[in-house]
Amino acid sequence: MIRARGLERRYGAKRVLRGVDLEVERGGFTLVTGRNGSGKTTLLRLIAGLAAPTAGELEVDVERGQLGFLGHEPLVYRELTAIENLRLYARLYRVPEPRERIGMLLERFALWDARNQRAGSYSRGMLQRLALCRALLHEPELLLLDEPYSGLDSEGAELLDRELAERVGRATFLVATHDPQRLAPLASGALAL
Amino acid sequence: MTYARDVAALARKDLLLELRARETLPAMLLFVLATLVAFRFALPADASARASVGLLWVAILFTALLGITRAFIPEREQRVLDGLVLAPVDRSAIWLGKVVATLAFLGAAEVVALPAFGLFFEQVTWSTVAAVALADVGICAVGAILAAMAAAGRARELLFPVLFLPLSLPILVGGVGAAISDEPGRYLAFLALYDGVFAILAWASFEYVVTE
Amino acid sequence: MAVAAAVVLVAGFALALLWAPEDADQGPSQRIFYLHVPIALTAYACFGWGAWKALRLLWTGDQRYDLESYTAVHMGTIFGTLTLVTGSIWARTSWGVWWSWGERQLVLFLILFLFYAAYFMLRFSLPEGPGRARISAVYALFGVVLIPISFLAIRLAENLIHPVVFTRDGPQMSGDMFFTFCVCLAGMLLLAGTLYLNELAGKRLDLRLRDLRESLELG
Repeated sequence: MIRARGLERRYGAKRVLRGVDLEVERGGFTLVTGRNGSGKTTLLRLIAGLAAPTAGELEVDVERGQLGFLGHEPLVYRELTAIENLRLYARLYRVPEPRERIGMLLERFALWDARNQRAGSYSRGMLQRLALCRALLHEPELLLLDEPYSGLDSEGAELLDRELAERVGRATFLVATHDPQRLAPLASGALAL
Repeated sequence: MTYARDVAALARKDLLLELRARETLPAMLLFVLATLVAFRFALPADASARASVGLLWVAILFTALLGITRAFIPEREQRVLDGLVLAPVDRSAIWLGKVVATLAFLGAAEVVALPAFGLFFEQVTWSTVAAVALADVGICAVGAILAAMAAAGRARELLFPVLFLPLSLPILVGGVGAAISDEPGRYLAFLALYDGVFAILAWASFEYVVTE
Repeated sequence: MAVAAAVVLVAGFALALLWAPEDADQGPSQRIFYLHVPIALTAYACFGWGAWKALRLLWTGDQRYDLESYTAVHMGTIFGTLTLVTGSIWARTSWGVWWSWGERQLVLFLILFLFYAAYFMLRFSLPEGPGRARISAVYALFGVVLIPISFLAIRLAENLIHPVVFTRDGPQMSGDMFFTFCVCLAGMLLLAGTLYLNELAGKRLDLRLRDLRESLELG
């Protein structure tokens, strides 16, 4: 599903990614590990299509509508409520039966009670959970998650564990993390940067 | 037509955001009024009608600058743009949605500005109104894509006016010309040409501005 | 760079021709025309070339075009500035003023100068990479569309706001003058071409040097 050879990404003189090779099969769960600054985020952004490689080949067999992305930013509008944000994304991703889907996800991530509050008033953990709702909203085939547990408290982390466990095998995962232990049981492969 | 509905959803989003934040539109309204008053003081008492029309257009341009700067450039918009770019929508729809929303804001500001101008300076003719309407399209079309360009780099609030003003000079000519000429038709036609050409260019190239 | 050397020679020849007393006309100030208009036309050519390269970049995604487009725009801006300077000198020697709003070329180049100066500001504010290349390319395309639109605008403005006071002879040239003009034009274009290739090569060298230096540091 993802094939990369000699991937390189530089910002000016600085090379953030150097000759990265990667192969992810459909249904795989690959961890991307490395210290801060090793390029995990950049790699995910390249695969998501948010940035282009400056050298190397990259093939991602997934169309944009089947791609779910969780980055460092939650990518939600602070002035809009959770529901309004998800409604917008549901519209853009052409999610069928958006009301049910949004309601279900908000409940699964324990945000239902806060659904009509502005995202700007959310705590860090709530924002991360909302971002996860956004990423999973259209039930994508490929999920690119950049440090998905960051900002989550133990409850939130458990909710995420559950969601991931449910989708393993059905969806393809590429997860960047600096704590691989947690996800090791789910993982089918790993890449160290 | 999913494209049209995407544009509508995006435009609605911007209007909703403004409704909540209530920052941009009040600022634009106040700014255009204050500018007109300032111009009134800046003009000598025996200044011609022609000069004052020119000032109306300068006021409109600068108010548009203010409004469009707020559209793309605030931090929040920059970080969230990724979310829109990732979605399976035509990137040009993002541009068009922004244009529609900005047109609404600019139009709202002008609903106040034109009567004010009529009050402070002199009567507003139909050709002026037509020119303003046509010019708005060009201003918003060009402004939206330039704002996206400026937002991609550093010093965005400073850069956007620098990018916008040279491209707005033809609009100034068309607008002032239509307002004071005996044959406004030529100038209106020119404005329409400007709109058409640059809107098509912006529509086609927006994709390349927000992706790498 | 042998081609470039030959090219510079032809450019020199063209300039030599300029000083030749070929044309006995109304005043020596007319000579500036042979400098001013070819420079202006060369500037247009550079901007057009830059836009073409920009289009190629967007079309193919090949990053090489970025540098080519940038260099062309750079050349265009230099020649554009020279146009303003020579135009101003010509206005001074012909009519005694340093500037004239009735002079279409001058006003047009003023607008273009503002536009392309902003190009460099834009480029400077963006981080290096494919993103900067694309945005610069789109801006260059806007520039080349701005040229005819501004020209139209200026013509319209003349009718209304800035009455045409001064006329200058243009196409009504005698055969000799026309020939001189063409040679000068060719010379200017070749000069621009040489400078373009020169700067391009220099910049490419810089990049390679930087690459090598980086490999050495890591190696």
